[in-house]
Amino acid sequence: MRGAVPTGWLRIAAPIVVGVLGAFAWALYVEFGDAPRALPGPADVASEFVLRWGIIWDEMLITATNAAIGLAVGTVLAVILAGLSATWRPIDGMLAPLVAALAVIPIVAITPILNTMFGASSQFGRQAVATIAAFIPVFVNVLRGLRQTRPVHRDLLRASAATGGQTFRKLTLPTAVPYLMTGVRVAASLAVISALVAEYFGGPADGVGTSIATFAKSGRASLAWAYVGGGILIGLAFFLVTALIERIVTRHAPD
Amino acid sequence: MTTDTTLAGTASTGAALAVSASGVGKVFPAKAGDVTALTGVDLEVRAGEFVSLIGPSGCGKSTLLRLIADLDEATAGTLTIFGKPARRARIDQDYGIAFQQAGLLPWRTVADNIALPLELHKVPKPDRARRVAELAELVGLSDFVDRYPDQLSGGMQQRVAIARALAASPKLLLMDEPFGALDEMTREYLQGELTRIAAETGAAVVFVTHSIPEAVFLSDRVVVMSPRPGRITEVIETGLGPVRDEALRETPAYFAKVTEVREALHGAPTQRANER
Ligand SMILES: Nc1ncnc2c1ncn2[C@@H]1O[C@H](COP(=O)(O)OP(=O)(O)OP(=O)(O)O)[C@@H](O)[C@H]1O
Ligand SMILES: [Mg+2]
Repeated sequence: MRGAVPTGWLRIAAPIVVGVLGAFAWALYVEFGDAPRALPGPADVASEFVLRWGIIWDEMLITATNAAIGLAVGTVLAVILAGLSATWRPIDGMLAPLVAALAVIPIVAITPILNTMFGASSQFGRQAVATIAAFIPVFVNVLRGLRQTRPVHRDLLRASAATGGQTFRKLTLPTAVPYLMTGVRVAASLAVISALVAEYFGGPADGVGTSIATFAKSGRASLAWAYVGGGILIGLAFFLVTALIERIVTRHAPD
Repeated sequence: MTTDTTLAGTASTGAALAVSASGVGKVFPAKAGDVTALTGVDLEVRAGEFVSLIGPSGCGKSTLLRLIADLDEATAGTLTIFGKPARRARIDQDYGIAFQQAGLLPWRTVADNIALPLELHKVPKPDRARRVAELAELVGLSDFVDRYPDQLSGGMQQRVAIARALAASPKLLLMDEPFGALDEMTREYLQGELTRIAAETGAAVVFVTHSIPEAVFLSDRVVVMSPRPGRITEVIETGLGPVRDEALRETPAYFAKVTEVREALHGAPTQRANER
């Protein structure tokens, strides 16, 4: 029984131990090794993080808001378009190659263009990038999910003389929900990464990404790293919230 | 049970019959040549009658049931359900159906699964709740209405599926090996329950099974089928009367019918060859 899968407290303790050991090794390397000057010790980063928590939090809010708007809008658009694609073949034919193309271009690369289009003082470019990044995994997963109805369920609805609309609402849509949740979980991380990285490509002078770039350039490495910590916290929060929603929603879903 | 004189199948008796099939055939088109799943099926099921379809795998039992349910369309012959075309009967909800897999919707509670057909036909909520309570009682699941399918055993899931099939009070019940995946004890228990429910509701039942004892125990008539092409080879009247209890399983009359059905099945010449 022992040793196969870590259970209970071990599941929490194990990553913490690894993290502490890592930080320890990092500290030793900075102290005694020939670490580059831009690499501060973990203690410096931590103290900057605590000291500047106020401004870090403000910048985190900006980046997180952009990511959240992107995630929400991207998800809604993806669900609507996937629904249309699943219902009408011609729409599927039109959208499928488009989404495939979107999926391969690095979306953040178009941020400068969007910034020029919508003005350098607008968050719109960043939000648009996060939207597109979130849209793709949700669309792909939902479209897949909308095609997963089981034959026995389809027979049942047909035998019960359900209309097309009823079949969609009572069978097709609920079947796709676990797929939607998987898509949203993946999209959440992508939205955060995109919103943050998009800040490196211009736009308003705020957000976690902008701050990292600014302080890294001006030689305040500890503060830059503290902001990186802030970015990680955003990503973690998005992941935890979406994973929790997924867990609640798919409690009774088929495997 | 007195006036079944017109078995020749004149059209005048159509309305009194739950199912009337004459010359029904089904061909599935396939790239490697068409598959004749059924041919020349003549079958009449009277209102309230319990009829089992039995035969080796691939003889078209499920196909026949799906034709009756209008889940597939016959390619030959005429098929009427209570005197109407199958499609009309499906839309009018003249039948309820249960499959080998319970096919419950996993995101719905037991109560909501049973209520599904009623919900689809816009039965008002209070009526729905009353009917669900009634049906849950009928299949002995009153304590489980708030559970989800993944919290039930296979036998309980199958009972939910039966309750759901009965929800709209159909006069015809179609069942495709509903007890196929259950252990012998649960199976015999549910057989008893089913005969009781069928008697209480007065519904006709068309029941597909692989089990000879099951077919004999449940049915007024056992329809023996044979494959390649799928067709009816014999129809055996069980004549075991309306009371189907555990004592019946020990009677000589029951054993005699089991033997008769077995011989009819083994008489079908292609039966052994069918085992691949
Ligand atoms: N959708 C389909 N397309 C092509 N052929 C089919 C289809 N459905 C059934 N068949 C063929 O029709 C024949 C009868 O199938 P059916 O499922 O009715 O058999 P069955 O008597 O129910 O068998 P079992 O006892 O194994 O369930 C088989 O040869 C099968 O291959
Ligand atoms: Mg079958």
